Amino acid sequence: MYKYDNYDQAMVDARVAEFRDQITRRIAGDMTEDQFKPLRLMNGLYLQLHAYMLRVAIPYGTLDSRQMRMLAHIARKYDRDYGHFTTRQNIQYNWIKLEDCADILEELATVEMHAIQTSGNCIRNISSDQYAGAAADEVTDPRPWAELLRQWSTFHPEFSYLPRKFKIAVIAASEDRAAMRLHDIGLELIRQDGALGARVFVGGGMGRTPMIAPEINPFVKADDLLSYLEACLRVYNRYGRRDNMYKARIKILIHEIGADEYRRQVAAEFAHVKTLGIDPPLAELERITAFFAAPAYDAPDVEPDRNDPDFAVWLDQNVKPHKQAGYAIVNISLKPIGGIPGDATSQQIDVMADLAEKYSFDELRVTHAQNIVLPYVAKRDLYAVWQALRDAELADANLDLISDIIACPGLDYCSLANARSIPVAQKIATRFADMDRQRDLGELKLKISGCINACGHHHAGHIGILGVDKKGVENYQLTFGGSGAEDVSIGKIIGPGFDEDGVVDAVEKATEVYKALRQGDERFLDTYRRVGLAPFKEAIYG
Amino acid sequence: MVEFRYRADEVTEQPSVTLDAFLDQSNATAVRLEPDDDARALIPFLDRLTLIEVAFPKYRDGRGYSAARILREAGYQGELRAQGDVLVDQIAFMRRCGFDSFAPESSLNPDAVARALDNYDHAYQGAADSVVPIWKLRHG
Amino acid sequence: MKLLTGNDLGSGAVTWWTGNGWSIHVEDAADVGEHGEATLLAEEGARRVNAPYIIDALPTEDGPRPAHIKDRIRALGPTVRTDLTLKPADPAAGDWII
Repeated sequence: MYKYDNYDQAMVDARVAEFRDQITRRIAGDMTEDQFKPLRLMNGLYLQLHAYMLRVAIPYGTLDSRQMRMLAHIARKYDRDYGHFTTRQNIQYNWIKLEDCADILEELATVEMHAIQTSGNCIRNISSDQYAGAAADEVTDPRPWAELLRQWSTFHPEFSYLPRKFKIAVIAASEDRAAMRLHDIGLELIRQDGALGARVFVGGGMGRTPMIAPEINPFVKADDLLSYLEACLRVYNRYGRRDNMYKARIKILIHEIGADEYRRQVAAEFAHVKTLGIDPPLAELERITAFFAAPAYDAPDVEPDRNDPDFAVWLDQNVKPHKQAGYAIVNISLKPIGGIPGDATSQQIDVMADLAEKYSFDELRVTHAQNIVLPYVAKRDLYAVWQALRDAELADANLDLISDIIACPGLDYCSLANARSIPVAQKIATRFADMDRQRDLGELKLKISGCINACGHHHAGHIGILGVDKKGVENYQLTFGGSGAEDVSIGKIIGPGFDEDGVVDAVEKATEVYKALRQGDERFLDTYRRVGLAPFKEAIYG
Repeated sequence: MVEFRYRADEVTEQPSVTLDAFLDQSNATAVRLEPDDDARALIPFLDRLTLIEVAFPKYRDGRGYSAARILREAGYQGELRAQGDVLVDQIAFMRRCGFDSFAPESSLNPDAVARALDNYDHAYQGAADSVVPIWKLRHG
Repeated sequence: MKLLTGNDLGSGAVTWWTGNGWSIHVEDAADVGEHGEATLLAEEGARRVNAPYIIDALPTEDGPRPAHIKDRIRALGPTVRTDLTLKPADPAAGDWII
């Protein structure tokens, strides 16, 4: 894992001091809320329904046990004993006091953490593949590149007042576990003629106008990448729309001028920017890469004993193959049946930290599906890990099943929401609580957003649910056919919306149609793509 | 009114003209850019301009940061002034983008400005100022 | 009736204008009639409230009931964590929201 040097630490410490001063000025009345708002947002502080909400960055979703324990500590000391892991691989605290905020950031800084640029119209936390460094199918570990981007984008003087927020994802595998093409910029690291570089996709996103990012450059060399991104951002900063916040994302600019014209403008800007010498030498990427060296694997290649049937189910569902023989990737579900997707108590966070320290070379990951990963678990330790997880109520064996629901906080917490998301997730998970039934349905990614901003990624759900406000009453629209993976697609609305119970019934009917029509080992998504909407619509509305 | 100026030379007294006016009657030495003006239109004339004023009608509109860098990258040496809705907490970034004078609509507290400019010893990325980026410090 | 609500600047807690101060209990909220805007500006200017706004509500026997579900959730707390609401001991408190 990356470790701060004195420069990195000084940056974060200075930020704490700066924000402390800004908070003091706000409380003293030297700043209006309108002036303070962009400053607090760039420190991850929102004003939500019940209190301030603090979003802490977990860069590319990677953290160690010390950092994880700090997250538990913050939950206990400053919040109500829990945290919410988000679809952007971050954690949110829902009950923060403005007057505590500088102290919280100061505590976070002691473990090389911060809340920098977790909101605001700037370059946000860089997201990545939660299996980075452990996945058998990766070309390289994307995290050093993500760290390079983190540093470049931190306090970027030109790009801190962009037309709108800006999200970058980096992957390096053919399987896309990070919804890469649904980001403002998606980078896929590839090898060409022996050299590593990035395929650059620009202009994806969800929100009210979902778009899949087109490829803007098939290969940008490592030592050109920051100049190229600087050019991408400069064109956006200059020409992105600022007249309408709903049309201000880069996807709209690219949609309006066309990918070819955007590509041409970026190429022209790049030709200029490249002369400025802003790209660090490859030695900097190598310096960062050294921190991500493979751990000292030493476990024998033994298969775990499958005698315990519950353990066997968990193995099959939540444990994924590792690139190192003798090791496995463990997914910890934060989706207990009837629970709140992504929430974990401070005690659970501590348990996960302990397990990482003891069994996963001190590392954890946060996934965009709001789960946690132990990336380096020896197969001989899997049973012990599972037992400890079970004791902490963290052993739900539902990864990628219908109850592994992504849900935004919705109207229970969020001031932007139009409808509640969590109760819908709870009802659906409860309806499909039976493990055999879930497993029979197989991979089925169900995602719920409580408003059109799509934090719950409903556009990318095999089944998506969007909560809307219909004359003061919560109403839920269903979409089918979305995917955030390498087979990326945007779901389509199937018809009129439902009330809360109605949408649960409709989902159940859809799964019955799927079961009746599926061929071979088709997933729900595959069957839907093959047969189209008609039979589903017939069953649901007919 | 210019409240903060980080240059040794004399203040230009000539009022600035709009970009369109400048391109029409090009004997002016001071020009004012609105957010949607293309700063690159000035590049052929930079050596005879002594003041470029970049308007920030709303602090949230960050186009002026790119305009400033483009002008400095093209070699502009004259005064580069941020005018309008310029707030304490924007000034450090503006300095990094090449602005060297500030005419905020609402007067700013000089101590707060000094603190804001002094807060960070280093920066991660190169920009239009003389700050050496951290990667360069690391690799000598 | 019309209520004036916002959040406390320091703690972020949801607060309701009572006619002469702020309370975290919507039951204490006063009808601001047509005078809400002036109070809003004065109180926000004095930083006794943050992000204030005026809402419609219905007077009931149990006190004012905000017209929109969002403000009812603000008034009580998250429907999915009754233990964190203002009435943690009352499992049926959430019925008031829906």
